[in-house]
Amino acid sequence: MSVDRQNSVAGSDPVVQVRNLTKRFGHFTAVNNLSFEIAKGEIFGLLGANGAGKTTLIKMLCGLSRPTAGMANVAGYNLITQPEMIKRRIGYMSQKFSLYEDLTVQENIRFFGGIYGLSKREAIDAGNIMIGRLGLEKMKNRLIGSLPLGWKQKIAFSVAILHHPGLIFLDEPTSGVDPVTRRQFWEMILETAGRGYTIIVTTHYMDEAEYCNRVAVMVEGNIAALDSPENLQRHYHVANMEDLFWKLTREINGSVTKSIQP
Amino acid sequence: MIHIRKVYKSFGEVNALSEVSLDIQDGELFVLIGPDGAGKTTLFRMLVTLLVPDYGSIEVNGLDVVENFRQLRTKMGYMPGTFSLYPDLTVEENLEFYASIFGTTIRKNYDLIRDIYKHIEPFKKRPAGKLSGGMKQKLALSCALIHRPEVLVLDEPTTGVDAASRKEFWIMLKKIQQEGMTIIASTAYMDEAVRGDRSGFLHQGKLLMADTPGKIREEYPYPMYSCRSENNYALLQAIRAESSTATALLFGKTIHYSPVKEDFPVEELMSGLEATGKYGRITCEKTKPELEDSFSYLSKGIERSETQSGMTE
Repeated sequence: MSVDRQNSVAGSDPVVQVRNLTKRFGHFTAVNNLSFEIAKGEIFGLLGANGAGKTTLIKMLCGLSRPTAGMANVAGYNLITQPEMIKRRIGYMSQKFSLYEDLTVQENIRFFGGIYGLSKREAIDAGNIMIGRLGLEKMKNRLIGSLPLGWKQKIAFSVAILHHPGLIFLDEPTSGVDPVTRRQFWEMILETAGRGYTIIVTTHYMDEAEYCNRVAVMVEGNIAALDSPENLQRHYHVANMEDLFWKLTREINGSVTKSIQP
Repeated sequence: MIHIRKVYKSFGEVNALSEVSLDIQDGELFVLIGPDGAGKTTLFRMLVTLLVPDYGSIEVNGLDVVENFRQLRTKMGYMPGTFSLYPDLTVEENLEFYASIFGTTIRKNYDLIRDIYKHIEPFKKRPAGKLSGGMKQKLALSCALIHRPEVLVLDEPTTGVDAASRKEFWIMLKKIQQEGMTIIASTAYMDEAVRGDRSGFLHQGKLLMADTPGKIREEYPYPMYSCRSENNYALLQAIRAESSTATALLFGKTIHYSPVKEDFPVEELMSGLEATGKYGRITCEKTKPELEDSFSYLSKGIERSETQSGMTE
């Protein structure tokens, strides 16, 4: 079992190291020769239009899709030779892939704990810590299906990190959630990153991009820009992330004119 | 004019809508904001005569949605939240089909849809099911418009669409509005609240507010400060722990902080917090509340009484 290291963020090896990563489907290049790194404890945002290559990139980094070319190290393992090890060291949560509605909170915790390779004892302990942290004592025997969406998401997120993964993928985790709950969810993400977890998150909400330490904007399989939200806004002379996104996807019109790397 | 009068609708034990009243003017672009499950779709389905209210009444341009549903259907365009065109018909066949069931032709109303349809016209021989998300959205809008309706009802037309395409979609709607059409569109994106003439905020089946963006901002009762530090998450917890704090919310790299009292010495509190060394340098400046601050404030009254409040510390 992997151990959650709560300290040592700066100066440690990058959690994700991507070199010339490429994925082609026939003549279509979904991900084009990307290279970047993500540091431990970083919240890394991935923005892009539908079809820009976000999902393809995430699928590769999760070890679910084999790159056509290039290599990557993810959570300490080689993407090409050790994809199964990567799958064990990451957490994944999205709006679509979630918990079992007809199981209770506690049953979901035990079930996913087992899937993630925790022993029965470990799953119970991790589950109890999580229930305490979320203040779920009164709700632990309720069916997931009976809970409000906001709670389901908080629980889904907590279940995704039950096994203390080195890296968490959040694929549009907040779509359709009310603003109050969305904000609470982001507090949870910030709190988790503060404990040393590394987070890669995709979103269509441009205001959410501002919670990220760094943001990559993908356009047609390329990274059109990559930096902190503040630096990006300064560099492109825009007031917010929405204007930045417009500029990169419409005015520069998909052609990657400039790629800024920190 | 659309008159919605004290409408209630429940499904079994779920109260989808409670006492919703709303007037929408002719030619208005009205945005209905609300999260999943707030009741937006239920309200829209009643507006377009597909669902009957349990109590209350809805009138659209002088016609009752229950009594006069047949007449009304020819006067309304509806774009449902899920793609509901025929996937095995081509782009052109779908449009022709919708034109013919409303007794019109594409040619007759082409000027109305031109700006939208021209983006998909190059693919008119392609089955609708094989279009990309953005193109499906444009085709669905074209089909909803082809009979030149008086009222256009769009259920979450921009959900799952990227930020730049969403912006384009609202520009298209503004143009359609100029044809004199009344448009009601729902969205789960807060930033789209400012796109219409007025916005309504639907939350757990209740319409909490319906007004212009400016008026909605004024609804916020506390002073508002925008604060920054090097550890916002920790600072947020510290500010919330103060009894003088009304609300503190994260907004990207800033914290929107409101003390209860207008004359509260914010600087004093912040320099005290700064002196602990836990948060690095703290800066706070007075600012105006965002729409989202108002919506959060309005929805909080309801949230507090529900089990879903009481988030993690």
